[in-house]
Amino acid sequence: MKILVCISKAPDTTTKIAFTDGDTKFDEEGVKYIVNPYDEWYALVRGLELKEAHGGSVTTVTVGTSEDDATIRKALAIGADDAVRIDTKAEDAFQVAKEIATYAKDQDFDLVLLGKETIDYNGSQVGGMLAEHLDQPFISLATRLEVEGSTATLDKEIIGGVQTVASELPLVVSCAKGMAEQRIPNMRGIMAARSKPLKVEDASGADQLTKFVKYALPAPKSEVKLIDPENMDELVELLHNEAKVL
Amino acid sequence: MSVLVYINSSADKIAKNAFEAVTYGKKLGDVTVVTNGKADESALAELGKYGADKVMVDRSFEGIDEQQLTRLVATATEKTGAETIIFSDDLVGKAVAPRVSVRLNIGLVAGATDVPQEDGTIPLNVFSGKAFGYVEVNSDRKVISLLPNSFQPEETGSTCAVEEFDGNAGDSRVTVKETKMPEGEIPLPEAELVVSGGRGLKGPENWGMVEDLAEELGAATACSRPVADTGWRPHHEHVGQTGVAIRPNLYIAAGISGAIQHLAGVNGSKVIVVVNTDEEAPFFKAADYGVVGDAFEVLPRLTEAVKKFKASN
Ligand SMILES: Cc1cc2nc3c(=O)[nH]c(=O)nc-3n(C[C@H](O)[C@H](O)[C@H](O)COP(=O)(O)OP(=O)(O)OC[C@H]3O[C@@H](n4cnc5c(N)ncnc54)[C@H](O)[C@@H]3O)c2cc1C
Ligand SMILES: Nc1ncnc2c1ncn2[C@@H]1O[C@H](COP(=O)(O)O)[C@@H](O)[C@H]1O
Repeated sequence: MKILVCISKAPDTTTKIAFTDGDTKFDEEGVKYIVNPYDEWYALVRGLELKEAHGGSVTTVTVGTSEDDATIRKALAIGADDAVRIDTKAEDAFQVAKEIATYAKDQDFDLVLLGKETIDYNGSQVGGMLAEHLDQPFISLATRLEVEGSTATLDKEIIGGVQTVASELPLVVSCAKGMAEQRIPNMRGIMAARSKPLKVEDASGADQLTKFVKYALPAPKSEVKLIDPENMDELVELLHNEAKVL
Repeated sequence: MSVLVYINSSADKIAKNAFEAVTYGKKLGDVTVVTNGKADESALAELGKYGADKVMVDRSFEGIDEQQLTRLVATATEKTGAETIIFSDDLVGKAVAPRVSVRLNIGLVAGATDVPQEDGTIPLNVFSGKAFGYVEVNSDRKVISLLPNSFQPEETGSTCAVEEFDGNAGDSRVTVKETKMPEGEIPLPEAELVVSGGRGLKGPENWGMVEDLAEELGAATACSRPVADTGWRPHHEHVGQTGVAIRPNLYIAAGISGAIQHLAGVNGSKVIVVVNTDEEAPFFKAADYGVVGDAFEVLPRLTEAVKKFKASN
């Protein structure tokens, strides 16, 4: 089975969010980047498990600049066979999806796995866009993925419940919690990752259709109102009359 | 301007976020609604009250297959000449809107929280709710998916016409094997009130007090990540950066420290109540109301207080 996993970088989850240049740019000063958790924990690990069970290969693809190489090496350390970086700055989902589609079009991947969303822009857009380019079904927010022969069986979150669906490969799948367990790379993996192929491909120059032009931080929360733990009637009264949520 | 709003009517009842999407569309122009599924004509006609001029319904399929829905919306866009296409950013919208964006070569703003600003930019949440971003769309037409629960539905008009139409939806390549809808439980992403517990509650055997309070309030239950990871609670209850992001009217957190990754999934809540023994717990900084105390005493007391309140109101 030939599997492609889309890997993006994201600011470490403890990053303090700030903006520069008159609030038009994310302030990257001191920001540590990690592999987007959904891509690493769920998409990549499930891809590796499927390869271990059925044979084949796991390739990662990233649209990004050389600044992304460290996170790509981390994915290789966890166990991907090789990596491709499409050499351009990722600007919006529309452009990213088109670049990945252009690369993947003639490669006959059986499965393309993505994370549920990137944790910085939380768009959840690339997967559906990519599937439309490839004219393949898109199973979004999958929490389970099994493959038998050329048929995939998946559980996916739907409004108010869970659905079990089946589809023939090839397929695009976005992966949510439940899909796999996080794997911590070991020393051997980290050493091996250094010599695994990371191929840099030219970008096709896909259009960007959206642009973040400014940012704002929420107004600081007003001081917490402390309630006597003995007096829950007061809390209920405040939630009713002051906060108006009961 | 001509606006097309896709709404999901695959359930018996039309959900509140459909009314939100129609209301939003009405702020931008003349609204035609497109849908498939099984909601009956009178239920669909009600969408007129929120500003729809007309509802186009394709009865040839009931499901939520994203390829079929993409073709349906593309056909309806062509037919109405819509310049803006609106979805609710729910699980269906999240899968379909990106496909429509590519099919029609239109820029997509996913998770909008408000109508376009004076400068034309559209606001949304970024960095898991830790900041707002303003997006400009560089295509003539736009696709916007509206974050559920960020825009109040408004009833302004009266019922509208409902027309059957053929959306050329084609076939589905995905077979549905089984659909499981937990009975009696309130689905977390839609809940207006949520009671949540963390590691401070010590073990799964202590969740009775969380469930009692939730039941009294008519709230959904949630938990922090370690609680789901250790199997005390089911995975789907895990809220936060790597779990479900929620924006209820009221979020009550007991025995949760308020780590930044947890806050990322709940900071869209309108009102936050924190119960924690440690007055230094970071969650108090994000809370509206705080109770420094033992959840084992405070939660049952709060349940009693809610009971009393309900009896006298
Ligand atoms: C990449 C990444 C992603 C993550 N994603 C998430 C996520 O999506 N969601 C999430 O929740 N976490 C997430 N985490 C984990 C997060 O950092 C915290 O570890 C976690 O939220 C802590 O859970 P907790 O508050 O339940 O437990 P603790 O941090 O152990 O806090 C327990 C709290 O209970 C209080 N307490 C103890 N006894 C009582 C009592 N009797 N009554 C009242 N209070 C009491 C304590 O004072 C303490 O504040 C993530 C971490 C990483 C690194
Ligand atoms: N620059 C990128 N390169 C490769 N894959 C990406 C990139 N950006 C996003 N993705 C993938 O698309 C998924 C959804 O991203 P998003 O649509 O931005 O929320 C992520 O979880 C990744 O798997």
